[in-house]
Amino acid sequence: MFANGQLQPEVIRRYHEVIESLGPEFLKAMLQDMHTIRAFEERAEQLYGLGKVHGTMHLSIGQEATAVGASNALQDGDYLLNHHRGHGHCLAWGSDVNRMMAEFVGKETGYCRGRGGSMHIADVDSNNLGANGIVAGGVPIAVGVGLSIKMRKTQQVCMVIFGDGAANEGAFHESLNMASIWKLPVIYLCENNQYAMSMPVQKAFTIENISTRATAYNIPGVTVDGNDPLAVYLAVQEAAERARRGDGPSLIESKTYRYKGHSKSDRQAYRTRDEVNEWMEQRDPIMRFSALLTTAGVVSEDEANGMRDQAIKIIDDAVAFSDASPAPDVSSLLEGVYA
Amino acid sequence: MREITYAEALREGLRQAMTADPSVFAIGEDIGVYGGAFGVTAGLLNEFGAERIIDTPISEAGIAGACVGAALTGMRPVGEIQFMDFVTLTMEQIVLQAAKVRFMFGGKASVPMVLRTPSGSGTGAAAQHSESLENWFVHVPGLKVVMPSSAYDAKGLLLAAIDDNNPVIFVEHKLLYKTKGHVPEEMYRVPLSQTNVVREGKHVTVVATSVMVSRAVQAAEELAKEGIELEVIDPRTLKPLDDAPIIESVKKTGRALVVHEAVEMGGFGGEIVARIAGSEAFDYLEAPVRRLAGLDIPIPYNRELEYHTVPQVENIVREARKLARGEY
Ligand SMILES: Cc1ncc(C[n+]2csc(CCOP(=O)(O)OP(=O)(O)O)c2C)c(N)n1
Ligand SMILES: [Mg+2]
Repeated sequence: MFANGQLQPEVIRRYHEVIESLGPEFLKAMLQDMHTIRAFEERAEQLYGLGKVHGTMHLSIGQEATAVGASNALQDGDYLLNHHRGHGHCLAWGSDVNRMMAEFVGKETGYCRGRGGSMHIADVDSNNLGANGIVAGGVPIAVGVGLSIKMRKTQQVCMVIFGDGAANEGAFHESLNMASIWKLPVIYLCENNQYAMSMPVQKAFTIENISTRATAYNIPGVTVDGNDPLAVYLAVQEAAERARRGDGPSLIESKTYRYKGHSKSDRQAYRTRDEVNEWMEQRDPIMRFSALLTTAGVVSEDEANGMRDQAIKIIDDAVAFSDASPAPDVSSLLEGVYA
Repeated sequence: MREITYAEALREGLRQAMTADPSVFAIGEDIGVYGGAFGVTAGLLNEFGAERIIDTPISEAGIAGACVGAALTGMRPVGEIQFMDFVTLTMEQIVLQAAKVRFMFGGKASVPMVLRTPSGSGTGAAAQHSESLENWFVHVPGLKVVMPSSAYDAKGLLLAAIDDNNPVIFVEHKLLYKTKGHVPEEMYRVPLSQTNVVREGKHVTVVATSVMVSRAVQAAEELAKEGIELEVIDPRTLKPLDDAPIIESVKKTGRALVVHEAVEMGGFGGEIVARIAGSEAFDYLEAPVRRLAGLDIPIPYNRELEYHTVPQVENIVREARKLARGEY
């Protein structure tokens, strides 16, 4: 969509229709969410540096378009199974940033009362069934959610998000096959950010696109530009329609890139600074979407510039909330194991 | 003598085994250019190349299966499972294949593999990255289970485990990787199934594993100031267990406390208690045999909650003091 920083005219034409149909408010909210996600992640990294965070975290800076495009294509009542690099997905799903931040720093007011932390944030009330510390951990669970939807005869769908690395766990294959044979309303969204920790996709796969694995399970498989929120939106929307029609699951591969290290301590010896810079400078999802919306006249330059400040304010408030929140009391340690 | 860390000791042991025996190789996730999640294999890729330091996709069942198959056919694989929690994904290959093949085949095959994996809490990694699951493997005939508690033991036990012709589950601890100790440069072995009396004392026998060994020693140092002498014993190999030194010790002290990080119920401590109760040491007991172990909850994320979930030095001091004073 972007070549050497220049927006191509045919791209504007291609997107004209979808921009018209989504309308300015919706599109502005998408861009604002991308900024908020980035601001959350940047602050998360900063808090980590200040020693306020115990444990680890996985930042999704550079991957905001996938999160925002995917969640916005679904409806209230749909289900989300998230993965370890999941702050962005959680925010895009509409979860409360204050309670996320509180969980991130282990406070009682956090989504999981400080028991889960970054890797386990869940917002069950909004059918966000949680991030997962286990690679591909959520993928077989999607089969169960899909079965449940089918048995309860609702119009819901379940979106399960996982990385490129997860597609090489055995559970991935069992899950896709089961969802296929039972025509379950599941959207498999593989967020291919080019690496599984230090393992590049070129070494972990001999196929060009992970989406081709859909062929083995006789379901649709598409690869989209994961740094383009509209491309992700359209693919997820189509998969959701298919799922709601009772036609079964789809596999969507969203190609994107992680700017930061895998987790807190990563020297990144497996890639070059040039490679990272190229993605940041040429294909940054926020820069691209912002340029698209301003060029298309959906937002003014001023509005677009103000979104970053707005995001920082949202995050400042979330930090103030979590700072003012109590830590869990040790006397409550044994709570919550059994129902 | 030279001091190096537990992680360095493991690396040196692995390097020496790979240099001495071309059939030894390492396989796991991010063990090459990344050097392993905890740095144990750092630099080995440059020394041995990608054919013997094998980076895999995220496929734990595949790693375990690859170890079983290679071990059955003349190699000595050292697999790494990035966190002990993920052994759950290897269970079929380890429990139903590796452990049983030799017996099922009438003793005609062997599976000389080592599966290294870091266990334990204390890093804020929460419930799915902090497990201590050693006792699951202790329950399986055909497996050996090793838990080094010091840099010296880490190297010596790793070399002994690689030499062994059976599948060995080698349980490391995240909090120990950076701890230092005296480690000889030569290629020495700490024999499997040889329980170690870490510190002598006459009042209470404390049997501890992994990270709890150094906590028990610290507790012993504190209690020594009060005139209470703990005898700290580290089984080092949980299975097959050399229980004689434990029983001998309890005959001397008449009091025993077992300490481990894993959840108390169904944990390894129960086995130690049963060994003591079922032995001649029973007649020498002057107090009930006690356990101090992890609470029966998943490991919480919040730092303070996490701290209070597993035994700390002060808990060991308190329990051992109660036993010594007859205040249980
Ligand atoms: C079963 C399992 N194996 C290994 C890990 C350790 N681990 C956590 S994230 C990760 C890489 C995951 O890569 P990918 O699925 O591509 O997601 P990304 O981190 O790139 O978002 C690894 C190896 C884990 N958490 N669970
Ligand atoms: Mg990835």
